[in-house]
Amino acid sequence: MQDFGQAFSLAFHLLWTADADLMEIIGLSLRVSLIAMAVSCAIALPIGAALGMSRFRGRGALIILLNAMMGLPPVVVGLCVYLMLSRAGPFGWLGLLYTPTAMIIAQSILITPIIAALSRQVIEDLHGEYAEQFRSMCVPVRTAIATLLWDARYSLLTVALAGFGRAVAEVGAVIIVGGNIDHLTRVMTTAIALETSKGDLALALALGMVLLLIALVINAGVMALRMTATRYSYA
Amino acid sequence: MKCVGFLKIGMVLAGGVWLMAGAAQADQSIIVQSTTSTQNSGLYKHLLPIFKDKTGIQVNVVAVGTGQAIKNARNCDGDVLLVHAKPAEEKFVEDGYGVKRSDLMYNDFIIVGPQSDPAKVAGMKSAPEALKKIAGAEANFASRGDNSGTHKKEKRLWKASGIDPASASGKWYRETGSGMGATLNTGVGMGAYVMTDRATWISFKNKGDFKILVEGDDDLFNQYGIILVNPKKCPNVKQAEGQKFIDWLVSKDGQKAIGDYKLGGKQLFFPNADKGQS
Repeated sequence: MQDFGQAFSLAFHLLWTADADLMEIIGLSLRVSLIAMAVSCAIALPIGAALGMSRFRGRGALIILLNAMMGLPPVVVGLCVYLMLSRAGPFGWLGLLYTPTAMIIAQSILITPIIAALSRQVIEDLHGEYAEQFRSMCVPVRTAIATLLWDARYSLLTVALAGFGRAVAEVGAVIIVGGNIDHLTRVMTTAIALETSKGDLALALALGMVLLLIALVINAGVMALRMTATRYSYA
Repeated sequence: MKCVGFLKIGMVLAGGVWLMAGAAQADQSIIVQSTTSTQNSGLYKHLLPIFKDKTGIQVNVVAVGTGQAIKNARNCDGDVLLVHAKPAEEKFVEDGYGVKRSDLMYNDFIIVGPQSDPAKVAGMKSAPEALKKIAGAEANFASRGDNSGTHKKEKRLWKASGIDPASASGKWYRETGSGMGATLNTGVGMGAYVMTDRATWISFKNKGDFKILVEGDDDLFNQYGIILVNPKKCPNVKQAEGQKFIDWLVSKDGQKAIGDYKLGGKQLFFPNADKGQS
């Protein structure tokens, strides 16, 4: 396969010359997926924490449902969001279809269950250690949730990254609600799909490599942040 | 206490999302529901900057199959429809979703296949005859299978050949259910004949050993039409801007711009707006 060699040099060339179109696409990919991750964290972390530390009837069923929803197919999420945001749908009046906002909404729906389910597990484990102290000190639930989230922050960072990874890599949802419009809603994955359909496999592969590189840089950055923070906390 | 923090973060984020939505709406822009063939061939990259320079209107193209484009336009999710399936377009206008349909440009369909040509159709002119031979040889044929303009055309040609390929679906007749480019990738991958529009084929880069085998039949004519989505059905339609885009495309300037678009020295679309408006 000569495509791989070609793709390598093409990926390098695109990055080296800071291709304007590519930079725009990368920027939008990051913007959409990072915001989706932040929105999802704001919703999912408290839910995950609450679910992780509380005991009530039907909790098991709820957890199973949440875990199952980690497997939401992006195309189905995209279709549902499309039907909601379409002018013919209930939220059509917002005029959000084919905007980056629609893509953020779709990705948030996609990764909220992932972040909630994974953080539930993290918090539950931590709560096992803290429960007795909370009880003895009569800590209110909200404070307990906040404490658990704060003390588990490094593990939760990995959870957030898992969500981000899923968001930035999916194509099924954003291509439906974003429409892959040039200079407006084209992101890395939809650009890859487009180049593949043009038969330009080398360029598609090169874009894929760039996407992987971005994920690598972000993860390395988070790792560095975490290591620095841990060092300071023990200093 | 930190819970309040989360709430605040959430509110700030939500606000940011709204602001961005507002910014995206502020521009003077229209949405065109269109086909993959026009997009993949690079025609829009050639036309839209010219139009934007002239009018300042940003045209956002959503490129999907003709079937889906019409469906999206019926949901009012577009201002202009530019597709290639005349009967479906006329029905769209008849049902009140479109204001008026105008012919815009044409090119033609071709049948491409592997060098080895197992069904020996190379050089044939009649598409239905060629399809008959392919079916007779039970040679692999990759169909779009997605109700797109190209797929509709292909089904009409099968009908003309007197063969119902649906019975061979999954055997030698392979329905990919995806776009033109994806179907060509599949076809090249398994050495199957594919019917495609010429523009997509010329701009397609993963040709392998595939060649044009059947071309030149009147049956293979591929007409593109343009329609303004009816503001009576869809009050959100940007009528003035959409009409400006259509008027420009069918004007002498727009038609010339379409004809000027070449790839590898070959003209991909032939303007014919003045002939026969309907």
